[in-house]
Amino acid sequence: MKYMETARVLAQEALAGDIYSMYLNTEQIAKKAKPGQFISVYSRDGASLLPRPISICEICGDRLRIVYRVVGKGTKEFSGYQPGDPVRIMGPLGNGFPLEAAEGKTALIIGGGIGIFPLLELAKQLKGRKEIVLGYRDQVFMKEAFEACGPVTVATEDGSQGTKGNVLDAIRENGIRADVIYACGPAPMLKGIQSFAAEQNLEAWISLEERMACGIGACLACVCKSKEVDAHTNVHNKRVCKDGPVFRAKEVEL
Amino acid sequence: MGREINVGMNVKENAEAKENVKVKESEKTNIKINTTVNLAGVELRNPVMTASGTFGSGQEYGELIDLNRLGAVVTKGVANVPWPGNPTPRIAETHGGMLNAIGLQNPGIDLFCKRDIPFLRQFDTKIIVNVCGKTTEDYLEVVERLGDEPVDLLEINISCPNVKEGGIAFGQDPKAVEAITKAVKAKARQPVIMKLSPNVTDITVMAKAAQNGGADVISLINTLTGMKIDVHKRKFALANRTGGLSGPAIKPVALRMVYQAVHAVCCPVIGMGGIACWEDAVEFILAGAAAVSVGTANFYNPNAVVEIAEGIENYMRQYGVTDIKELVGAVE
Repeated sequence: MKYMETARVLAQEALAGDIYSMYLNTEQIAKKAKPGQFISVYSRDGASLLPRPISICEICGDRLRIVYRVVGKGTKEFSGYQPGDPVRIMGPLGNGFPLEAAEGKTALIIGGGIGIFPLLELAKQLKGRKEIVLGYRDQVFMKEAFEACGPVTVATEDGSQGTKGNVLDAIRENGIRADVIYACGPAPMLKGIQSFAAEQNLEAWISLEERMACGIGACLACVCKSKEVDAHTNVHNKRVCKDGPVFRAKEVEL
Repeated sequence: MGREINVGMNVKENAEAKENVKVKESEKTNIKINTTVNLAGVELRNPVMTASGTFGSGQEYGELIDLNRLGAVVTKGVANVPWPGNPTPRIAETHGGMLNAIGLQNPGIDLFCKRDIPFLRQFDTKIIVNVCGKTTEDYLEVVERLGDEPVDLLEINISCPNVKEGGIAFGQDPKAVEAITKAVKAKARQPVIMKLSPNVTDITVMAKAAQNGGADVISLINTLTGMKIDVHKRKFALANRTGGLSGPAIKPVALRMVYQAVHAVCCPVIGMGGIACWEDAVEFILAGAAAVSVGTANFYNPNAVVEIAEGIENYMRQYGVTDIKELVGAVE
């Protein structure tokens, strides 16, 4: 079930550089949301028509936390919202991460760049053993929040913190082992994880991103390539907004 | 006894009270309005329908709005076989509009008939199936297959700007428009709507060609061909490089073309292009559209079609218009 609501901004802060963290008070959406799902956020500017899909970072009662990077007009507008401001949103959208896939197993949570945000609620809700690996270009953010959920290993491209390199370098360098992977990040990182999971014969769940219009599966803008013919589309395409954004790594082609 | 009398009095009082309420209500809405429109013998409860490609076959929007409120659902284009569509990105926002190059991805007519038509039949709304193809034979295969299906009208897409074969290739040459219309009409068991492209020099020539081919209804406009470039990446915003522009940005162009087409042909015209609110819809109706389609607005306001249907009714009450037909072409 998805809802169209006018939520209220509770608080907003700049997290790092052009990354903003916003808390929203919702009527239904937070109550129904799961880790890995997203919301459509609608701009007030009539010239910016399409909803911005933004992943859910944390869920707490009636509250949602979204963390996003300012990349264009829409997100620039959102970053100026003040406490009490109304925000038109729809959600929760998409499938979310399957928590049950980690039951009785060690989970490996891998995030890269702004892809770490939808993993925080997952890290909080996964109760079993877990390893968390976070990759950054240079500036490290939200590390403490993840440390409250489990052991965190960091990789930075410039080597300023943790392993110099990417998340897979950090995993190998530290000999991190697990049974099931949950990942979100840039496409090259997910591609690397897809191969890594195949080599190690690990179950992996990856969260994808694509340009969206409707956000609910009707317009077929945000498709990804699937290995098998998809039951709904009847072609080798899956809808990222509706069938995803989380897919089994082995069912999609990146 | 006393009790019976009391009851009797109460009933009478209730009846009087009800009568008063009725009078008051009728003062507010003192006219009975008729919003039904007739398209080639098919009666729609109101003139508001969805624009092909923006609403799937209604399943996704059916979770958010009551499909019974719509005059008709126009499905996303369906071909004889499944089409995978274009590479991504397939979509880009522009000022007051958007570009799309989906490439008519569709599940093919078999799955469509098995799944989408039965879904839509559950609702009290008309079903208009948009048909696409690469060749005349492709179109005819779908049209013939739909002959035995419980669908109300066919809309033939000869105007998609995002596929290499078929689509717009049939829609930019009047001889080709007339020929495909004739071929479809010879096989179709339902009335035929020809959907025209705005990417032509003179829309009236194409409208007349469709009419000469025997079109029962024409609809316009499809999207306007456009482009967007990301200056930071120095790349095209769409994998297809070009796409179809839609949304409020194109409304004045669409309105002008609908007006021109209405004056060029005798058959009913369905107007669309950037309709986002009831005022937009009324503009198209005043310009001569018998019905209107809502497209891009669904993406940012899933309730748009319902709000527009209600807005048209309120407009009619406000101005004492008893029949929507009085508004069609009523611009002075």
